[in-house]
Amino acid sequence: MNLEFTADELAFRDEVRSFIEENYPKHLGDAGMREDMSPEDMVAWHKILGEKGWSVPSWPEQYGGTGWTPTQRYIWLEENARVNAFMPLPFGVSMVGPVIYTFGSEEQKERHLPGIRSGDVWWCQGYSEPGAGSDLASLKTTAVRDGDHYVINGQKTWTTLAQYADWGFFLCRTDPDAAKPQEGISFILIDMKTPGVEVRPIKLIDGGYEVNETWLTDVRVPVENLVGEENKGWTYAKFLLAHERSGIAGVARSKRAVEKLREIAGKELLDGEPLIEDLDFARKVSQLEIDLAALEITELRTLAGEQAGKGPGPESSILKIKGTEIQQRLTELTLEAVGNYGAPMYGQIEDSGSNQYPIGPDYAQHSAATYFNMRKTSIYGGSNEIQRNIITKMILGL
Amino acid sequence: MDFNFTEEQEMVRDGLSRLVREQYDWETRRSAVESDAGWRPEIWAQLAELGILGMPFSEEDGGFGGGAVDAMIVMEEFGKGLVVEPFLPTVVCAGGFLKHAGTDAQREEHIGGIVDGSRVYAFAYAEPRGRYDLADLQTTAKKDGDGYVLNGHKAVVVGAPWASHLVVTARTSGGQRERDGVSVFVVANDAEGVVRRDYPTVDGRRASEVYFENVSVPADALIGEEGGALPLVEQVADEAVAALCAEACGAMKVAHAMTVDYSRQRKQFGVPIGKFQVLQHRMVDMFTEYEQSVSMTYLATLKLDAPEKERKRTASAAKVRIGQAARFVGQEAIQIHGGMGMTDELAIGSYFKRLTILSSEFGDVDHHMKRHIALA
Ligand SMILES: Cc1cc2nc3c(=O)[nH]c(=O)nc-3n(C[C@H](O)[C@H](O)[C@H](O)COP(=O)(O)OP(=O)(O)OC[C@H]3O[C@@H](n4cnc5c(N)ncnc54)[C@H](O)[C@@H]3O)c2cc1C
Repeated sequence: MNLEFTADELAFRDEVRSFIEENYPKHLGDAGMREDMSPEDMVAWHKILGEKGWSVPSWPEQYGGTGWTPTQRYIWLEENARVNAFMPLPFGVSMVGPVIYTFGSEEQKERHLPGIRSGDVWWCQGYSEPGAGSDLASLKTTAVRDGDHYVINGQKTWTTLAQYADWGFFLCRTDPDAAKPQEGISFILIDMKTPGVEVRPIKLIDGGYEVNETWLTDVRVPVENLVGEENKGWTYAKFLLAHERSGIAGVARSKRAVEKLREIAGKELLDGEPLIEDLDFARKVSQLEIDLAALEITELRTLAGEQAGKGPGPESSILKIKGTEIQQRLTELTLEAVGNYGAPMYGQIEDSGSNQYPIGPDYAQHSAATYFNMRKTSIYGGSNEIQRNIITKMILGL
Repeated sequence: MDFNFTEEQEMVRDGLSRLVREQYDWETRRSAVESDAGWRPEIWAQLAELGILGMPFSEEDGGFGGGAVDAMIVMEEFGKGLVVEPFLPTVVCAGGFLKHAGTDAQREEHIGGIVDGSRVYAFAYAEPRGRYDLADLQTTAKKDGDGYVLNGHKAVVVGAPWASHLVVTARTSGGQRERDGVSVFVVANDAEGVVRRDYPTVDGRRASEVYFENVSVPADALIGEEGGALPLVEQVADEAVAALCAEACGAMKVAHAMTVDYSRQRKQFGVPIGKFQVLQHRMVDMFTEYEQSVSMTYLATLKLDAPEKERKRTASAAKVRIGQAARFVGQEAIQIHGGMGMTDELAIGSYFKRLTILSSEFGDVDHHMKRHIALA
């Protein structure tokens, strides 16, 4: 057992560090913590990485992966987190990409993988429906074969950033009479510009618009957009969910956020002393760091298992639960740290054009909105209750 | 021992409850909150008409002779409807200062306007670097002839955009955090040299950064003793804490009821999610937190007239307990609503946001825990 990086790994770290320093767009700043990003900004780093050949490190090399070891991938994420980089969105690179190269046709690979790698094509995930959240298999959207097309009808919801999406991957019911609900579902790629696709924004409690309702009315999709076999979509969706979960721990990002929290608590004052020197507050920050250290090593153990050929198993549910609890706690303590300046609704304050009458310190901005927004993390990607159910069943055998 | 309310108090509760039900549904509230004004002066006028704004003042002052329990009832009902109109800063805070320390002339000048709804107050006590310490003041009031000149910056002054007057804490002497040297002034919001930056808050109210730039006030703007007003400020802040606790109870009660209701209606895996035992127990814990909060609110309210140390310690105990409860109830309400809890389309999100901000107003859990320890 050994936690030290090898000389090669250290050289690798230096290489990626200087690449990031030289190429990460300066105007994005601390983008990973901003609430107000434009769609162009969200793909800016993705596009740069696409050109460099580093946008999909974990893919097999034949599809454009870097062939990095899990340790190198870990270093990669750490180095990005140092500048709090806004990483490529997961819908293409971590979700549909792996499904396509694992189960898709040669044509689909050729057609879709390059755009996912380069960041030129924006993907969204059309799984959830108003009636099918945790119980995803109860989904009702239908795809009915009509010659060499599917005709798709139904309503999806919570479709993240669908307002910018060029393509979406959808779960649709192709066999309403299947013995089990899981057995009649297919995985279908839909061009979001197809007639009958309508995206309506949903406003969230932080005031932002990151999710949408996606209505599908007589949407005609060529059958070649079916991924893998008809009625096998659930298998692919489960494969993908496991991928989604292993990335969700967000350790590197949380480490950066702890540093940021320490910085803020070093500037805030309590009785004239830095807040971070207050034992009550310092204790909470340390607790977070301790939990994060445990999570980090747990993730590394999981990664090592993957390297040894074990796929991400039900243990990844632990990463999801602890990872999201830590992310939520971080935003909560940040809000706590800024005191009274948590209350202003910064998103709706017009810039006065001068610094003469500031509203609180810069670091307080959006602290409440971010706290509110991060409540989503224990709800999506399989809620934390559902994760616990998975562990109950798959690990405890109850 | 008696935990019953009087007949008059029950009537007040019924009247307010009807007003909130009939005129303060969440959609109506939302459009008011998003309007330019951000509140509804017509609701304020009705509160005046119902006698709510005059309730805690003595009959000699033109009020109805009520007390802290009455304010508790009002705030609890307001919490249920997430009422944004500035009862707390106007009646509880400004009213509190006037009741406890106003001269005859000051009471005469201000209370009538509070009771009839023509005057609205905001309490400018917090400062950018002072966190929750009421004595941590950099705002100064310098003697100038008969009057004073104010300079400084007050942070997140809730209700200031709506106010006709500001109650301001400032240093007339002493160092930044000294107990001695604190004074309280009433200043017209449109006085020369008062500069405001107004903004909405995440919980649906309006607040301002208020800058005082050589604001001259006459001698009779001073409420209470020059340089010796900190105990008065603390007393009023404790009354505000008790009122906030009551508001939290109202908001938690509704958030809990909405959650239980949602868990009955929302089906997944072929059953209402309320059938899942893990969620049942969570909702039981929310209920328990609410009940404990009600108890602590009663306690803090009934001890507002107790000797100073006991009053302070009980107010802090209540704020700690309610701060913890509000956090738990708010977070779980969202979690159990799933994705729907994250949307701006359901009322539950507004309850969560108010409960979040309320937990730190007039001091967060850590602040009041420290105070509780220090007074042991
Ligand atoms: C911000 C955000 C972004 C999202 N992005 C996407 C996206 O891009 N694409 C997409 O397809 N979906 C997306 N989702 C949807 C997300 O996957 C669902 O919200 C999630 O599956 C939960 O479903 P639900 O919201 O219907 O809640 P429900 O399933 O109704 O759950 C409500 C509550 O009941 C609990 N519960 C449910 N079943 C059980 C059980 N068996 N035992 C114990 N507790 C249970 C849940 O944990 C939760 O607390 C997003 C959601 C959010 C909030």
